Amino acid sequence: MTQRKAVASSTFALTLAVLAVPASADTLRLLTWGGYAPENVVAKFEEETGHTVEVTLSNNEEMIAKLRATGGGGFDLAQPSQDRIAGPQEEFGIYKPIDLSKIDTSLFIPSMLEATKANTTVGGEIYGVPHVWGTSGLVVNTAAAPGVKDYTDLCAPEVAGKVSYRLKRPTLIGFAFAMGEDPFAAYGDEAAYTEIMDKVEAKLIECKPGVKTYWSGGDELMNLVRSGEVVASMAWDTGGWKLNADNPDITFVAPASGALGWVDTFVLPAKGKADDVAYEWINFVMRPEIAAMITEAAGNFTASKGADEYAADDLKARYQASFPPEALDNIKWYPPVPAGLEAIEGGVLDRVKAAN
Amino acid sequence: MKAEARIGLILLLTPLLLWLSLLIVIPHIDMFLVSLRERVGVGEYRISPANYLTFLTEPLYLRTFARTAIMAMLATLITLLIAFPVSYYIAKMARGRTRSALFLLCLVPFWVSELVRTFGWMILLRETGLISTLLQWAGLADQPVEMLYNDAAIMVGLVYTSMLFMVVPLVTTLESLPDEVIEAGYDLGGTNVSVMREIVIPHATPGIVSGCIVVFMLSLGNYLTPTMLGGKDSLWFTELIYSQFIVRFNWELGAAFGFLLLLLSSLIVWGMLRLTGHTLERTMG
Repeated sequence: MTQRKAVASSTFALTLAVLAVPASADTLRLLTWGGYAPENVVAKFEEETGHTVEVTLSNNEEMIAKLRATGGGGFDLAQPSQDRIAGPQEEFGIYKPIDLSKIDTSLFIPSMLEATKANTTVGGEIYGVPHVWGTSGLVVNTAAAPGVKDYTDLCAPEVAGKVSYRLKRPTLIGFAFAMGEDPFAAYGDEAAYTEIMDKVEAKLIECKPGVKTYWSGGDELMNLVRSGEVVASMAWDTGGWKLNADNPDITFVAPASGALGWVDTFVLPAKGKADDVAYEWINFVMRPEIAAMITEAAGNFTASKGADEYAADDLKARYQASFPPEALDNIKWYPPVPAGLEAIEGGVLDRVKAAN
Repeated sequence: MKAEARIGLILLLTPLLLWLSLLIVIPHIDMFLVSLRERVGVGEYRISPANYLTFLTEPLYLRTFARTAIMAMLATLITLLIAFPVSYYIAKMARGRTRSALFLLCLVPFWVSELVRTFGWMILLRETGLISTLLQWAGLADQPVEMLYNDAAIMVGLVYTSMLFMVVPLVTTLESLPDEVIEAGYDLGGTNVSVMREIVIPHATPGIVSGCIVVFMLSLGNYLTPTMLGGKDSLWFTELIYSQFIVRFNWELGAAFGFLLLLLSSLIVWGMLRLTGHTLERTMG
């Protein structure tokens, strides 16, 4: 009898142990991009505050999907792009408002902070503050493909079979701009947006035979360009600058129709358990000297005021070569994506993928 | 005493039942409910079969499914054709250490993850890869040859990935066939072909069927191999499900696709069993 009881109670205890996930308030579970929480920064933060940081690497879509699956739980701080906050928040309610009084706003570049606040406001509450920003455009081997100046040049016969891009929304937006459309102006008008996307779809299907492959990860693209199998591709600026360090012919080119500008932010997931540590982390990494360490790891500049002074000279030189002042003014910053737009784009992407 | 036995049975079954209900049955019910929702506005949903109708009315999705199913069947067939002689050699001709060594050779690639194996194939097949370079060095090609990013590359990857799952059941069933029976077949005047057709293959049928089912399901549900080796034309049904869930935030359609995959693949397996005159009970029992 007692033996049976013991077995039953130990089964019960085991079940409890499996179900109850231990939560420690001193751990910051950070959902971020590669390079945004380099080891030296994490070590410094842990040493200074005594907290521990658990880093999970991801991308925009996966961050939102992960938070949606748990209703905003599992992480204490996430870093989606600023255009992907308002839509998912309205639709799924996966974030909680940021208390700006707990953030040292003097550490931020004011214009960038204001723009991000405006783009991430839902129902009068602010949900995001800026962290890292950059652009996407073209990575070109200027010796092998001197003619590639804009997204649509990727379809030119001279480079057929040697180009690559992602089959994702930045490609649709970039091609729309290069074709003389303004997709951002049509964001609020589903019919007009569908019309633009139809044109882009036709163009992408026409270009498909000349595409080597649709890349899906940064490292895959690096390999393709480094080996010379691909001479021109859509890519992030940092990818181009990294390749430039190995081969001076390859560099990032801001497209004639304008590079696409993104800002990755800090947001608090709705069921985060360590908000105070999250605020501490934000204030810590926005310090100019720490922000410079992140710039060195990620290759992108941050919204931290005065961090540029600490940045390495060769990175600055590459940045200035890719962005003459007029190209800098021509950057198209992503406005917030309205909920439901992804469905239209999804149909286009599926059809392009299926086309022969 | 009887009560004791029952408690024992319940305790033994509990982990299995917990596993099945918590990790398989409940998520599937939830998934089914999600697949019946239709988004009508921001955060607003209603119950409707719209997602299933989308699958039936959009030729793209039907075509993708058909393509995936046919490629998976072809992969199963090729795997069987390659694995059968290999298994026969291991089970009936090789002896002692050679046999263990051969079996181990089949096993070794599975000690590394599928991702690494697929990357291995990418290194071999790509334009600046090993095979292309070798061909040029041998003078058989005068410029780099691209062997990656097409259906043949997907097929190679799928067959390689599922080889073990065909070899193991085949070796097991072939081992259980006594050598004397084969000898008797020859003694009674059988030729190589007739012995194979009348004795070996009928005996190996349970292994062939179960191997085929496993390989077919594995190929149909594979995500990594088709996406990585297939490149721009790699359309695969699991890829559609992934992109609906992760990229498009359209869980409703993704869930419907998931269910359709489960349903249609079960249907195909059932149909194939009927077509070849087998039942699942006889194969597994």
